Amino acid sequence: MRFEIYDPTEIKHYRVLDPNGEVVTEEDIPPFSDEELLYLYKTMLFSRIIDERTLSYQRQGRMLTYAPNIGQEAAQVGSAYAMEDNDWFVPSFRELGGWLIKGVPLKNIYLYWYGNEWGSHIPEGIKALPVSVPIASQLQHAAGIGMANNIKGEKDVVLAYVGDGGTSQGDFHEALNFAAVFKAPVVFVVQNNQYAISVPRKEQTASKTIAQKAIAYGMPGILVDGNDIFAVYNASKEAVDRARRGEGPTLIEAYTYRLGAHTTSDDPSKYRDDEEVEKWKPKDPILRFKKYLQNKGVLTEEWEEKTKKELDDQVVSTFEEIENKSDTLIEDIFKYHYETMPPHLEEQLEEYKSFLEGGK
Amino acid sequence: MANKLNIVEAVNQALMNEMELDERVVVYGEDVGVEGGVFRATVNLQKKFGKHRVFDTPLAESAIVGTGVGMAINGLKPVVELQFMGFSYPAFNQIISHVARMRNRSRGRYNLPMVIRAPYGGGIRALEHHSESTEALYAHIPGLKVVIPSTPYDTKGLLIAAIRDPDPVIFLEPKRIYRAFRQEVPEEAYELPIGKAKIVEEGEDVTVITWGAMVRDVQKASEMVKEKGIYPEIIDLRTISPMDRETFVESVKKTGRAVIVHEAPKTLGTGAEIVAIINEKAFLYLEAPPTRVTGFDTTFPLPRGEMHYIPSPERIAKTIEDVVKF
Repeated sequence: MRFEIYDPTEIKHYRVLDPNGEVVTEEDIPPFSDEELLYLYKTMLFSRIIDERTLSYQRQGRMLTYAPNIGQEAAQVGSAYAMEDNDWFVPSFRELGGWLIKGVPLKNIYLYWYGNEWGSHIPEGIKALPVSVPIASQLQHAAGIGMANNIKGEKDVVLAYVGDGGTSQGDFHEALNFAAVFKAPVVFVVQNNQYAISVPRKEQTASKTIAQKAIAYGMPGILVDGNDIFAVYNASKEAVDRARRGEGPTLIEAYTYRLGAHTTSDDPSKYRDDEEVEKWKPKDPILRFKKYLQNKGVLTEEWEEKTKKELDDQVVSTFEEIENKSDTLIEDIFKYHYETMPPHLEEQLEEYKSFLEGGK
Repeated sequence: MANKLNIVEAVNQALMNEMELDERVVVYGEDVGVEGGVFRATVNLQKKFGKHRVFDTPLAESAIVGTGVGMAINGLKPVVELQFMGFSYPAFNQIISHVARMRNRSRGRYNLPMVIRAPYGGGIRALEHHSESTEALYAHIPGLKVVIPSTPYDTKGLLIAAIRDPDPVIFLEPKRIYRAFRQEVPEEAYELPIGKAKIVEEGEDVTVITWGAMVRDVQKASEMVKEKGIYPEIIDLRTISPMDRETFVESVKKTGRAVIVHEAPKTLGTGAEIVAIINEKAFLYLEAPPTRVTGFDTTFPLPRGEMHYIPSPERIAKTIEDVVKF
């Protein structure tokens, strides 16, 4: 329905809450219980606290390169919440909110950013792919997972993520094209955070919107206010439902803003003005949702303070659990390339171990 | 029951057998469905198993492989066809960044039981990009297996093993000899071990290591040198990665001499690795420097020049003689 109302070629964001948390379209408020509302808010807070703590660990030299999510919590949590337990989560590398919704333990997330492959060992029973670093390449896996569901007659849906920069990749085009041709149950979520490292969105594509690219593939596309958790959720839910009904893929452009750096390795002041960042700060998705929840009487300062403290304790204890205790075992470097280790790898492992033991 | 098949028919029968035995096996690529493949390797599969298991895709190699990754993660066993090895490069990123790495990246949570088939090699008077032998590119990547058969019997057994393998296999088919000869091949499914070389001909004087379409040329060269009293031991490597080092190292220890023959360019080719292994493992047994006979470090020539590029039996025979007389 919303896909019919909102023309993806127009710069008109689908929105339920305005930046002050005021309701714009009353009939579009999702039917969440108070408990669900607080769970969503808590997950956004959790994401923010993890980011802030991790950035501080990184500055202290206790963490490696990290890609923060600050400003994009609604785009991530809102879209991921549209998934059922059995649906697949196919992330790029800046989807912390999605990981949390999917139930991936924080320990995994920290192990990953701490530089240990065990972080990407997603626990059994959670249908999520590991972080994919080569930009947009993961979208093809999403299309393939969806195609496999069609072949097997299963009804699970795939939620796949990419950034605005990723839409320039050939893999983006090929994945959307395959998904559409084979009517794969995939929802492609573009987190348009306005920058691919330093390159602004307008230098990435001459298209007026990213959502309009859907038209070329023969699928619906919608441009949503990515800092409005309800708008992101509604569009995602509608797309997930469509996919589950066998009607094929959808493209969602979640228009948001990366308030922080691309990763801890870059300095955004080199490529954008403070003025621009200041302009976006009041549009912070957590603030917006908070105002709504306060107006509705669901959220109290007391609950928030208590929750923040609990979450922060959890972050600190999880980080301390892995810090300085997560060096990779030598065997693990070799063990997981093939089901059975081939002789040349066995030999290299043995040679190295014997070198470490003082040589024979 | 046995039937006489050529290599391309052996590919087809292997796919037939496995699709029948395992409903998770799906076959797709460009023109593989209705047409049955440009070389007819997948002919009749769609008729037999339906469009949901055998289908044509849009023309995009990266997505053919990339969707295979997703399918394998989601419980299927995709066997995808890339029409020519020279067109595998658009899929290079998917193969190197994901196909090869998913098991290690996820510490074993996701393995990829998938096969990427591609006809390789020159000698069929084809257009540019249709004659590549770039097996070394893929053999260099940890996490992949690279298999190249040279006979119909081996083709069927190795392809079935590749489909059943829990890890991804690049399966390169020597298109120059797709229809060169027939061989008795059992009708039922059977496996040959990946990572095992085969001694094609036993001999005492020199070990000749080769694979794919070059095996037959080496056999011809062998006939030539036998007339001069030289008896080569011919080893068909069959798997480029992981390589069966033991078989050729043992043979070189026996003969003291090694010649490596491949169609691909010389520099940093698979032959270079084989020479290095021989030097590391059999140095004190050597009577002559291990020597390569290969394609040149040039672009594969268009058809009017390809006869110069692919090592001829005469060139191979000459090198064998030189190495024996060293």
